[in-house]
Amino acid sequence: MSPNADRLGGGAEGRRAVLEARGLTKVYRMGEVDVHALRGVDLDLFEGEFVVLLGASGSGKSTLLNILGGLDVPTSGRVHYREHDLTEADDGALTRYRREHVGFVFQFYNLVPSLTARENVQLVTDISDNPLDPEEALALVGLSERSDHFPAQLSGGEQQRVSIARAIAKRPDVLLCDEPTGALDFRTGILVLDVIERVNRELGTTTAIITHNAPIAAIADRVITIADGSVLSEVRNATKARPADVRW
Amino acid sequence: MRALDRKLLRDLWRLKGQVATIAAVVACGIASFVALRGTFTSLRESQAAYYEQQRFGDVFATLRRAPESLKARVEEIPGVALAYTRLAETVMLPMDDMPEPAVGRVVSLPADGVPPLDGIYLVSGRLPRVGRADEAVILEAFATAHSLSLGGRIPAVLNGTRRDVRIVGIGMSPEFIFAISNPLDFTGDPKRFCVLWMDRSAVAPTFRMEGAFDDLVLRLQPGASEASVIEALDRLLGPYGAFGAVGRSKQISHSMLEGELQQLEGMALWIPALFLFVAAFLLNVVLTRLVYLQRPQIATLQAIGYPSWRIGAHFVELVSVVVVVGAIVGIALGAYLGRGMSALYAQYFHFPESFFRVDPRLAAIAVLVSVVAALVGALGAVRSILRLVPAEAMRPPTPLVYRLGLVERLGLDRIFGGSGRMVLRELRRQPVRTLLSSIGIALGVAIVVVGRFQADAFEELIDVQFFRAWREDLSVAFVTAAPARVVRELSQLPGVELAEGERYVPVRYRAGPRFRDSVIVGHADDLELRRLLDRDGVLVPVPEEGLLLSAKLAELLEVRPGDDVEVEVKEGERRVRTVRVSGVIDDTFGLMGHMRTAPLHRLVGEEQRVSLVVMRVDARSMDDVQARLKEMPGVGAVTRRMSIIERFRAQSGETMLFFTAILTAFAAIITIGVVYNNARVALSLRGRDLASLRVLGFTRREISAVLLGELGIQVLLALPLGLWLGDAMARLIASSVDPEQYRLPVHISARTYAFAAAVAVVSGIVSALFVRRRLDKLDLVEVLKERE
Ligand SMILES: Nc1ncnc2c1ncn2[C@@H]1O[C@H](COP(=O)(O)OP(=O)(O)O)[C@@H](O)[C@H]1O
Ligand SMILES: [Mg+2]
Repeated sequence: MSPNADRLGGGAEGRRAVLEARGLTKVYRMGEVDVHALRGVDLDLFEGEFVVLLGASGSGKSTLLNILGGLDVPTSGRVHYREHDLTEADDGALTRYRREHVGFVFQFYNLVPSLTARENVQLVTDISDNPLDPEEALALVGLSERSDHFPAQLSGGEQQRVSIARAIAKRPDVLLCDEPTGALDFRTGILVLDVIERVNRELGTTTAIITHNAPIAAIADRVITIADGSVLSEVRNATKARPADVRW
Repeated sequence: MRALDRKLLRDLWRLKGQVATIAAVVACGIASFVALRGTFTSLRESQAAYYEQQRFGDVFATLRRAPESLKARVEEIPGVALAYTRLAETVMLPMDDMPEPAVGRVVSLPADGVPPLDGIYLVSGRLPRVGRADEAVILEAFATAHSLSLGGRIPAVLNGTRRDVRIVGIGMSPEFIFAISNPLDFTGDPKRFCVLWMDRSAVAPTFRMEGAFDDLVLRLQPGASEASVIEALDRLLGPYGAFGAVGRSKQISHSMLEGELQQLEGMALWIPALFLFVAAFLLNVVLTRLVYLQRPQIATLQAIGYPSWRIGAHFVELVSVVVVVGAIVGIALGAYLGRGMSALYAQYFHFPESFFRVDPRLAAIAVLVSVVAALVGALGAVRSILRLVPAEAMRPPTPLVYRLGLVERLGLDRIFGGSGRMVLRELRRQPVRTLLSSIGIALGVAIVVVGRFQADAFEELIDVQFFRAWREDLSVAFVTAAPARVVRELSQLPGVELAEGERYVPVRYRAGPRFRDSVIVGHADDLELRRLLDRDGVLVPVPEEGLLLSAKLAELLEVRPGDDVEVEVKEGERRVRTVRVSGVIDDTFGLMGHMRTAPLHRLVGEEQRVSLVVMRVDARSMDDVQARLKEMPGVGAVTRRMSIIERFRAQSGETMLFFTAILTAFAAIITIGVVYNNARVALSLRGRDLASLRVLGFTRREISAVLLGELGIQVLLALPLGLWLGDAMARLIASSVDPEQYRLPVHISARTYAFAAAVAVVSGIVSALFVRRRLDKLDLVEVLKERE
């Protein structure tokens, strides 16, 4: 793909951009009024890095993440995943993109209530080419013992860890987490962040986390702040904090 | 097993109540189709095979007496392929095991025992030997009804002489699949009518028919015009006392069978259609809710890379399981019911073999149609899945959309209180679903009404015809019309309190090209024992002059009061006369004309004669009188009115009970299906709200009232609609019954209405109890925690 050929050769960070967004806008038409969720966002996610997207509620973070993950399409602008133009892709191609490359972690876990922890993970391994074993994925998030439990029998934090196990079981290239700690208490939130951080470190998965909690930004390689549908600032952390040291 | 399949199984299990009730509705649809359509096709095929094997004729004629030489001239008529001449005589069979004699019909067999047309299927035994006038093959139904077996004897009065005929064979024939002695004997009681196939050369002398015939069966050439053959035949046979030839459509057995087949074919269409409609509706309701509730799950599946079609297929599989379960149960049930129905039919329609079988093709069609109906029902829901944007998965659950309606804005809702207000708002939010649910329940109610309407109609018919119109104790029919003085003679028998005569003259009514063969009934002035009542039981006087016609007959002939009809008398001098129609009567049975006796005798050109004498008899003398009558020469049939009624009730009773029971069960299943599913859907949609109410301190009773109030309103709305619908459907069915045989009065009793309403209400309550039990077990913590 020509537009980003120069970047592929080695960007500012000397690493390849896995995801590259240019001029993204998203307008929701709500009857008479237009809601501008994104107003021209440029953004890169580089191989193996851990990014935190920070912003107030309603600033457009989820909209951005959904577009990056192929869950939604922008009103205008372009998104490239490596050499593929996601904005040109049809529904089938987007589905394939999500299936093969992206792992999602949702704020409300979104587990299938009628399936056990293992089966929820299996949902993904059933359709992936070279997945982890579901047990292995659950072990990574420290839930081996709970693999036969249904979501209703698990605490919020445990459900979120199952959701992470489900997301990483396919060995995704990109892990996208939308407020993974949003529905959790502080202590459990740390536990979940710890798991995500470990996955990023040990498996080298490019990871983006959305949060409105500023202190969490400390654990990232890079912090992108979003306000009112635009990128406000971009900061590279000199030192990464460990999740356990974060307080909010 | 794949995780998605496991989810399917778990969802099915979680929804088992709904799966079971919808599958039951599907099963009813398939069962009714397999049973009705199966009976129809089996009957059709048996009929075709039987007609073929036993060479059922195309045209039939009865005459007084013609020389055998005439046969050659018949065969010369263009279009006639084969003519078979034979003897057919009505005789009396004074059976020992019943008070009134049975009617016998002696049908001759040729010397080789194999009639070229209208053959017999020998069930057991052998054919009578040539020259043996005391041997006969008899009709199987009669043998069974009287427990007669080979080697036994039956008493027969042949042309005035009593003879014991030995049963050498038991058989049946395509011309007597439905066997009755005359078209007015609608009961088809196998005890009352017997065919005796006997050697022609042996019985001819008895009936003074040597070298002659009085019955004729024709086979037509392919493509020949039946009408023109009949016309030529009537012209040729006229001088020999022919009663007018008829094609198959007016042959009694054939036309009865055809009428039944037509009715079956219609029922096999609309009853299953009704069920499948309801099943499709239920699947739509349940699936739409399910998809709504599972939106986050569906979006999640999309988000993690499942293609939309795969998720759609997941729900299609769910629907298919419901249909397949319903289909398996339905086919089994249909086969069982079909066998039961066939057994009922076999009491009236006699075939060599029992005819019901489940055609695998038919079952396949039923399942296919159900799957299509179900998928149509599911389509909307599945389509909405395919339209879902996966970004949905990220969003928090959306609350249900409510709007304030007129009632609230006017403040009227305050009078309903908290629970009432919630019920009201829910109904307002879902007006279409409420309406469709009510229609579903109404269909259930209507089915019950239809199931019982025939029983009502028959009771009404019995009441009008056999209690109010006919009031005699005993009737005596003569083989040929007797001089009127027998009325006085009979009235002088000890025990007879009153005797009155009726004259039946066989005629052909003709108006332009249209004709019908029937009778004119002659009524003496001032009759007490038999009156003419119309369908509604209103007395209709016989006009002084002219002809009073069955309304249906007038309609068929296209004549109105004041018009003339041509009447061809088939007795005596066989006159052809023009008679003025002076009125019509909307009656229940047959196609008839009525006249006063005096003008009728003038029309026929005869002295005063009677065909039938009706009598009021002192109850204690009944048996004596009947015994005396049995011995009287010229008497064809002696019938007690009460035994007609009993027979009628016994026969139709069994059939009615069968259909009523089945349709009631089916209706209950529909009603439960609709009410239960709506309740469950409401419960799963609003379980959280209700649990929240409980947390706020509402009692179980109060939250039940919210949910069950909706159901109650649906049932209440359904009742008037269902009763109206049932009434309309009953009318439709009544008009689909071959109106030339009998016309059911559409009179639905209050009891039926009450019963139908009760079935709906009880089904509603049963469903409510199920739901209430779930409500009581509502685990507050669980519900509030779990998001589906
Ligand atoms: N489906 C939608 N329809 C209309 N408006 C939407 C929709 N999704 C998001 N929005 C609006 O877009 C803006 C950004 O939303 P979102 O991306 O969810 O914000 P964040 O995740 O940062 O809280 C908000 O104002 C929100 O109301
Ligand atoms: Mg958000």
